[in-house]
Amino acid sequence: MTVLNLQNLSVMQPKNDAHCLVDSVSCELSAGEILGIIGPNGAGKSSLLKALVGDWAYQGRLDIIGISADPVLRARQMAVLPQFSLLNFPYRAEEVVSLGRIPHKSGSKRDAEIIDQALKMMDIGFLKDRLYTQLSGGEKQRVQLARVFAQIWDQNDAENGLRLLILDEPTTALDLGHQQALMSAIQAFARKGVAVVMVLHDVNLAARYVDKVLALLCSQVVAYGSPEDVITQDNIQRLYEVDIEILKHPKDNTPIVVGI
Amino acid sequence: MRWPIIPLFIVLLPLSFLLAISLGATSIAFGDTLQTIFGINLADSEHNIRADLVITQIRLPRAILAALVGALLGICGATTQGLFRNPLADPSLIGVTAGASAGAAITIFFASSVAGLQGIGGIGLVSLGAFVGGGLAVLLVYRLATSNAGTSVATMLLAGIAITAIAGGLVSLVEFFANNEMLRRISLWRMGGLDGASYNRVLIAVICAIFIVGLLPRFSTALNALLLGESEARHLGIAVQKVKLQIIVLVAFGVATSVALAGTIAFVGLVVPHIMRLMCGPNHRILLPMSALGGAILLLLSDTLARTLFAPIELPVGLITAFLGAPFFISLLRRRHDFGMQ
Repeated sequence: MTVLNLQNLSVMQPKNDAHCLVDSVSCELSAGEILGIIGPNGAGKSSLLKALVGDWAYQGRLDIIGISADPVLRARQMAVLPQFSLLNFPYRAEEVVSLGRIPHKSGSKRDAEIIDQALKMMDIGFLKDRLYTQLSGGEKQRVQLARVFAQIWDQNDAENGLRLLILDEPTTALDLGHQQALMSAIQAFARKGVAVVMVLHDVNLAARYVDKVLALLCSQVVAYGSPEDVITQDNIQRLYEVDIEILKHPKDNTPIVVGI
Repeated sequence: MRWPIIPLFIVLLPLSFLLAISLGATSIAFGDTLQTIFGINLADSEHNIRADLVITQIRLPRAILAALVGALLGICGATTQGLFRNPLADPSLIGVTAGASAGAAITIFFASSVAGLQGIGGIGLVSLGAFVGGGLAVLLVYRLATSNAGTSVATMLLAGIAITAIAGGLVSLVEFFANNEMLRRISLWRMGGLDGASYNRVLIAVICAIFIVGLLPRFSTALNALLLGESEARHLGIAVQKVKLQIIVLVAFGVATSVALAGTIAFVGLVVPHIMRLMCGPNHRILLPMSALGGAILLLLSDTLARTLFAPIELPVGLITAFLGAPFFISLLRRRHDFGMQ
């Protein structure tokens, strides 16, 4: 079941219509799938996400099917993790996660359960009483991720049970172990029927965990399809202007990018 | 660790109220004070009648006004800091205080001959001028910071600085052409004082405080979400633009009223929410009522100090809050890392 359908979606720079940030992107995403967006800095990845979540104006067609237009109901179905967090007030980590329950009316007992589970999922149960402002960058990122997960935790809270998760570079500040744990958690979430869109910098993570890859370069689509089709020597060299080799993962044959 | 503070402050409020009524140029025993307030006069001694007069005619309205103005400044300060996502913001940053000062100065200049500054219904023409000035300043700041893309909170801060400068210039201009009597009135007004307290003013303050202290906590959840950032709040289902406008209108109304009733009282709106945040955390559900409570207590105690320090001479309470508040604030700034502030 299609959740997201983009046809020739373009994003102009605000207040400067001459400069195109995203040029005619078309793609499609079904419930339960993960779409990874890759590309070099300034390729238009975050701009595309901003149009997707309704922060920026766009041209072309963007259908988000089955997600409510009412702001509160929409918030129960769609959660967004921005690239940077502005939060500089000394909330306890648990309080930050509890902000994800604002759109819900599920009662404080159920909220507390969900918050607890989200904290456990991001492996930050031990941080819950620490002040957010005193956490390290990676720990902050995990708290914000737990908040976003808590927002769309329960299928029953969402209208039609449809949920959409949008993440801008969720793995950047995380160590290797937590990167893998996060990607597994996102995969588990997707298997429960959540459609996920994420910007990724680590091509290998994209290759291993993502169902569809959209490669952007200079605001244009360079390649779109399964990881095996998109993550090729030609495409990666063109995207990032580096010399690389593609190997095969010994277990599941997914592509691995190795620098030379 | 954060919770026991709340009952403590709830107990502190009536205590400081009692203190404010008992202490002054003539000290009145706590027993007599209680008797007068609760209307149970055991023996109609002469002293009691005198105490009765002092309390009901002078100290009671003044103490109520101090508590209400303090509460207004405290809760408006906490709201502004949340809205601006800046723990060091102050309602005066959006131009209310400066605009009100300009309004008051202009009124003093032009109206001193006309109405004898008595005004209508005991409110005073000057207070009215201050209220209008404060409201106009906020309106202007808001318009400057609003474009098609919404209201930029950062631009509002900068526009607030610009409007404050213009208003300051206006005050100086008025002062330049004013005579000695006007000059003294203007400068006394700017120091802030509760000496004009009357039951008329108390009535206005009560109505405004019920309105503001009753309505602002409804925005607690929105303010909590706004601390994450505006687009994050939007993704949590908050109607950000609408909420911002409503909050700004309420804050402007609250601060303009308090400035109109008691002049500019420095630092209450800045320091009180800051202290409360250190003690109760940034959750606005608790922070907003606690800031109202803390503001009331601080202004009651400051005014008591202002009246007793050089009795029978009364200092303007704005001086006391500035001298108490500024050093305290500096010490907080130096230790902000201990409390998780950046």
